[in-house]
Amino acid sequence: MIEISHLTKRYGPLTAVDDISFTVEPGQVLGFLGPNGAGKSTTMKMITGFLAPTSGTIRVCGHDVAHEPLAAKACMGYLPEGAPSYSEMTVRAFLEFIADVRGLTGERRRSRLDDVISRLALAGVLEQVIETLSKGFRRRVGLAQALLHDPQVLILDEPTDGLDPNQKHEVRTLINAMSKDKIIVISTHILEEVDAVCNRAIIIAGGRILADDTPQALASRAPSGRLDDVFRQITMGIKPSHSKQEAAHA
Amino acid sequence: MHNVCAIFRREFTSYFATPLAFVFIIIFLLLAGVFAFYLGGFYERGQADLAPFFNYHPWLYLFLIPALSMRLWAEERKSGSIELLMTLPVTVWQAVLGKYLAAWCFAGLALALTFPMWITVNYLGDPDNGAILAAYVGSFLMAGGLLAIGACLSAVTRNQVIAFIITVVVCFGFLLAGFPLVLNLFSGWAPQAVVDAIASLSFLTHFESISKGVIDLRDLLYFATVIATWLTANVIVLEMKKAD
Repeated sequence: MIEISHLTKRYGPLTAVDDISFTVEPGQVLGFLGPNGAGKSTTMKMITGFLAPTSGTIRVCGHDVAHEPLAAKACMGYLPEGAPSYSEMTVRAFLEFIADVRGLTGERRRSRLDDVISRLALAGVLEQVIETLSKGFRRRVGLAQALLHDPQVLILDEPTDGLDPNQKHEVRTLINAMSKDKIIVISTHILEEVDAVCNRAIIIAGGRILADDTPQALASRAPSGRLDDVFRQITMGIKPSHSKQEAAHA
Repeated sequence: MHNVCAIFRREFTSYFATPLAFVFIIIFLLLAGVFAFYLGGFYERGQADLAPFFNYHPWLYLFLIPALSMRLWAEERKSGSIELLMTLPVTVWQAVLGKYLAAWCFAGLALALTFPMWITVNYLGDPDNGAILAAYVGSFLMAGGLLAIGACLSAVTRNQVIAFIITVVVCFGFLLAGFPLVLNLFSGWAPQAVVDAIASLSFLTHFESISKGVIDLRDLLYFATVIATWLTANVIVLEMKKAD
């Protein structure tokens, strides 16, 4: 379970995340939707303990991220935006390193490694240096790293960004397959993705939650019944006023 | 502890994943030899000791150690892998210690590979091997001190070149803290106690006293304090700004 209450993050005068609260229950696949700069990544960075919030609390699996960071981090798997890794390592060495840090040993270590390698089809590139891999494979290595310890909570920041349609489909299938008893939070600005994998969507813009519902219920808010119309309708409202006027003039 | 080991192993092997390790070791051995034989007059002095070899270590380290340390954190920031590392269940201290120890061991490996110098001097004469061992210890401690400075400064920026330049300047200051070049900056206005305190911070004075063959507890304590202080600063810098 993820419990977020009154979370705020300020960078000087800029408020990136503005007093948001929500909880996510096991079995939920939460899509975090919003335009660029809406505060999606900042929120995820705070959930995973990379950034400290200006105020507010986050509890993951019952552990306060600020006070018990190690326990909270141990039950989370995180794919940061852009899937960073150690590019000079081979895929195998990288996954072995993650297994070391996650404290996986013996039989379980072997079976978890085998599991993520086969799930993400990495067997063919195990001895390849990550630097030399295509973007799609690098993303998959990032996912493998996040899944390795079979975490209760998965935080995936734009997991399908830069993938081709087939790869996107594979990642979505993977998320669907895991969604039964886990908590999965994915951020995206691709709306079809929400339809494909999420059973709950939060629309965030300007650091505030503007809508929180099932994708179907959200879509039905627009006369057209399309999610992207709802998205535009909701998020355009909070853009700086001059851009709206410009749009009106045009 | 196993986290420190895991990070140490990853970091240490990463030196060998690129040509960095070989370039560094070869340049270090080459320059150490050139300095000892040509500038130090190893043969001409006609004495069976390694003073002409060790005397140039501070100057060799001044440029080579920052080259080793500059990537420690700046590269993590640049590639974004710092976000991965800091969201794994490891503490900042474990990460700092693992990375630092890997760099220090690597520097120690380069230093150990100068052993042909020791064989040569034993073949040519009858040196005081205790003094040579002490000088090796001193040199290794000095490398550790400079590396701790470099590790901390590497965490300040995401640009490795900036990290390199700042580290060279700060290391230069620390090496020469006991000399007029640095002391004159302070002696005009600061009280004598402050000037004395700065003078006692000099790496060179402590290194020279060890390399004479006397491992004094005060010198060991000095290097231990320098390393601990800079690593603490490293942790604080990382905790203050993990992102960007």
